[in-house]
Amino acid sequence: MNFHLKIWRQRDANSPGQLEDHEAKDIPASASFLEMLDIVNEGVTMRGEEPIAHDSDCREGICGTCSLTINGVPHGNNKAGIATCQLHMRTFQDGETIYVEPFRAKAFPIVRDLIVDRSAFDRIIQAGGYVSVRTGSAPDANALPIPKQSADLAMDAAACIGCGACVAACPNSSAMLFTSAKMGQLSLLPQGQAERGRRTLAMVRQMDAEGFGNCSNVYNCSAVCPKEISASFIARMNRDYMLASVQDGLSANEVRSGE
Amino acid sequence: MSTALDSKIPPGPLEQKWDSFKIGAKLIAPNNKRKYTVLVVGTGLAGASAAATLAEQGYDVKAFCFHDSPRRAHSIAAQGGINAAKNYQNDGDSVERLFYDTIKGGDFRSREANVYRLAQVSASIIDQCVAQGVPFAREYGGLLANRSFGGAQVSRTFYARGQTGQQLLLGAYSALERQIALGAIKMYPKTEMLDVVVIDDHAKGIVVRDLVTGKVSSHAGDTVVLATGGYGNAYYLSTNAKGCNVTATYRAHKRGAFFANPCYTQIHPTCIPVEGDFQSKLTLMSESLRNDGRVWAPKAKGDKRNPSEIPESERDYYLERKYPAYGNLAPRDISSRAAKEACDEGRGVGESGLGVYLDFADSIKRFGVNVIREKYGNLFDIYRTITGEDAYTRPMRIFPAVHYTMGGLWVDYNLMSNLPGLHVLGEANFSDHGANRLGASALMQGLADGYFVLPYTIPVYLASIKKATQTYTTDHPAFKETEAAVNSQIQKLLSIKGKRTVTSFHRELGLLMWDKCGMARNDAGLKEALQKIPALREEFWSNVNVPGSGDCLNQSLELAGRVADFLEFGELMCRDALQRTESCGGHFREESQTEDGEALRDDANFAYVSAWEHKGVGTDPELHKEPLTFEKVHLAQRSYK
Repeated sequence: MNFHLKIWRQRDANSPGQLEDHEAKDIPASASFLEMLDIVNEGVTMRGEEPIAHDSDCREGICGTCSLTINGVPHGNNKAGIATCQLHMRTFQDGETIYVEPFRAKAFPIVRDLIVDRSAFDRIIQAGGYVSVRTGSAPDANALPIPKQSADLAMDAAACIGCGACVAACPNSSAMLFTSAKMGQLSLLPQGQAERGRRTLAMVRQMDAEGFGNCSNVYNCSAVCPKEISASFIARMNRDYMLASVQDGLSANEVRSGE
Repeated sequence: MSTALDSKIPPGPLEQKWDSFKIGAKLIAPNNKRKYTVLVVGTGLAGASAAATLAEQGYDVKAFCFHDSPRRAHSIAAQGGINAAKNYQNDGDSVERLFYDTIKGGDFRSREANVYRLAQVSASIIDQCVAQGVPFAREYGGLLANRSFGGAQVSRTFYARGQTGQQLLLGAYSALERQIALGAIKMYPKTEMLDVVVIDDHAKGIVVRDLVTGKVSSHAGDTVVLATGGYGNAYYLSTNAKGCNVTATYRAHKRGAFFANPCYTQIHPTCIPVEGDFQSKLTLMSESLRNDGRVWAPKAKGDKRNPSEIPESERDYYLERKYPAYGNLAPRDISSRAAKEACDEGRGVGESGLGVYLDFADSIKRFGVNVIREKYGNLFDIYRTITGEDAYTRPMRIFPAVHYTMGGLWVDYNLMSNLPGLHVLGEANFSDHGANRLGASALMQGLADGYFVLPYTIPVYLASIKKATQTYTTDHPAFKETEAAVNSQIQKLLSIKGKRTVTSFHRELGLLMWDKCGMARNDAGLKEALQKIPALREEFWSNVNVPGSGDCLNQSLELAGRVADFLEFGELMCRDALQRTESCGGHFREESQTEDGEALRDDANFAYVSAWEHKGVGTDPELHKEPLTFEKVHLAQRSYK
């Protein structure tokens, strides 16, 4: 198969970027999208030019490293539930022109070409995405039965791979699906109850401080999510946030007054 | 530096060694802990759990990873589960049994005391992870669910769908991030360790490269902890993530740390077969599938019929036939070799003939498709995404692929290398899995090392340091010299501007390793590889093309450094495989097999750990032997029949 690629090139965060034309020739239909880029990059390298920088690692859809916007869609999903690395060339038309850009959001500055800085997500987790438990202080794992339904729903949320496609797909660059997934996991489990209110307020505040927008119920986030995480976790987060704000003696408006 | 191998195993009966160690171990007073700087390199399961726990205890911790976030370490890709001797299923499990299964699974080439300790702390890992909010699978009664894995006749594997590694890593990552927020850990993501700094024969720091700015700098510490994973990517194609590499451990090896058993590599029996030479990596299908899937190949050679057209009587369920007691749950090395054997006989399936079937038809008939979907749905989805085939209606095609490496830097009972001050955890060390790792034991070992072993053993070294005379800053000349060596290698790689890409060298080395040092090895093949690797390395250093410069993000340069190390390390793997003329676990020497083709150990001559000392590139390394003594188990021919 052959493809015309229009690929975003940008030297670093402070340089201007532009789309550059590349030809992908003789690509096997069973190659993945990233393997297609590997083939293109081998050619670029042999011409003595610098290869297109893009990030990937596990190449099986679990590490969340790969982050390409393909023809305007984060991960280029022709169907929900896959990451960029799981997209195969057999799903494209021979001779097609394909636009390849980074995940775009104010809170994800470009590092180089197609690589963005998603450290904002780590800082949201630092704000409260954990249960405070010292190593060695845990009771027996079966001491506290957890209904299967709660555990399963917590797992649905916990499946998030932290790729940031939800942010890139949202017209408001909102990180509410990511944030609510981690919060939802912990608030569905008894272990997460002690810090529930504190966690909710801290993570939402950090999310806002990073420059992510708010949810306006478009649900692009769920549509592109490689793990098909439901937007209903955002509703859970909003309920928790309201409750925590009242309990904290603050109104939601005051807390979010910076916007 | 000590060249004699002292494993520092505590005295006393096996069952009491760890407890007596803890009673007698030195402690560091709480107000003194912050005076000790611990440099943790790698933040997967072992590194993140160690960094978080040491920071909780009060040490000054700096942690480094080459990913953009610690959450992306390759531990995340482990699918099936984590073993623990909880006996929640009341099926006769115990610390003793987990210990014995692990020793036997490792083909009696691991250290008894380490394995026993691993089995002892396994139960605490599950407690810890549940307390962190890891959503393990549960039964309707609310208690934890278990499943079976290869090499065991009890059900002791805890799991979170097919994403157990991800959930355990995110648990450790959340503990790590909490300590970062508290200021107890300084985290350096996108930072690759390129050398260890040795002062007066002790590891006292590291040299790193910032992968975004390209800046090379140094960090000084009282001890260095390497938790940098395995070296499966020496084969180019493996189930490892693209970034996995041997650089941190190999460069520590070049600075004096012994490398133990490098030839022990695990070939996982159930991976998706290779499609073509463009392929960049292989994908594992969890071993847990063998609980409900039956492995078979056609009885006739070259049978290219659609699997549904091959009647029962013309199918060979070879694992059930050869190993009736364990059947489809035979250990990984044995299952892989059996698949190779079927394909070598010309009975392989798929385009390439390099594949066998993993068939779920019987289980779907027995339990219904919904039960199978609930257990393995995401794995079937992965399979469909990659191959375009539906495994609910057509058997999966599988073939073995490089998956895990049991060898690693030599460590003593305290997880410290022969290079004092250098601790090594998880897949990066050699100690617990012998010549073959059982399924669901890698997660167990990584977290055992990080949460429950190193935090107790690290004070042994730290208490021995005389802080007044053994604390160094990066102004010490050793740091400047090591930095200069790192910079000079980077400049050399950038200056060659030859005619071949880094990847082309990596692929060529990988094919050679797979061919000569893969599932089966022999004297002639290994000697041939030992001729070819140095020649390939020489070509690399004169003809590689690394475009761009060193002062910015340059992925070709990152890869070039890693491939340069594989080109030296591959030689060490072959040398170790050549020296060990017995077969054991994942190391199968064709010259050493039983009449029916099983691995034949040679306990009289090879019941030892091979620890190699680096003597310079192109110079033969020196072999040191740590004898393996067994007080508890009786060495036997491994049988799963």
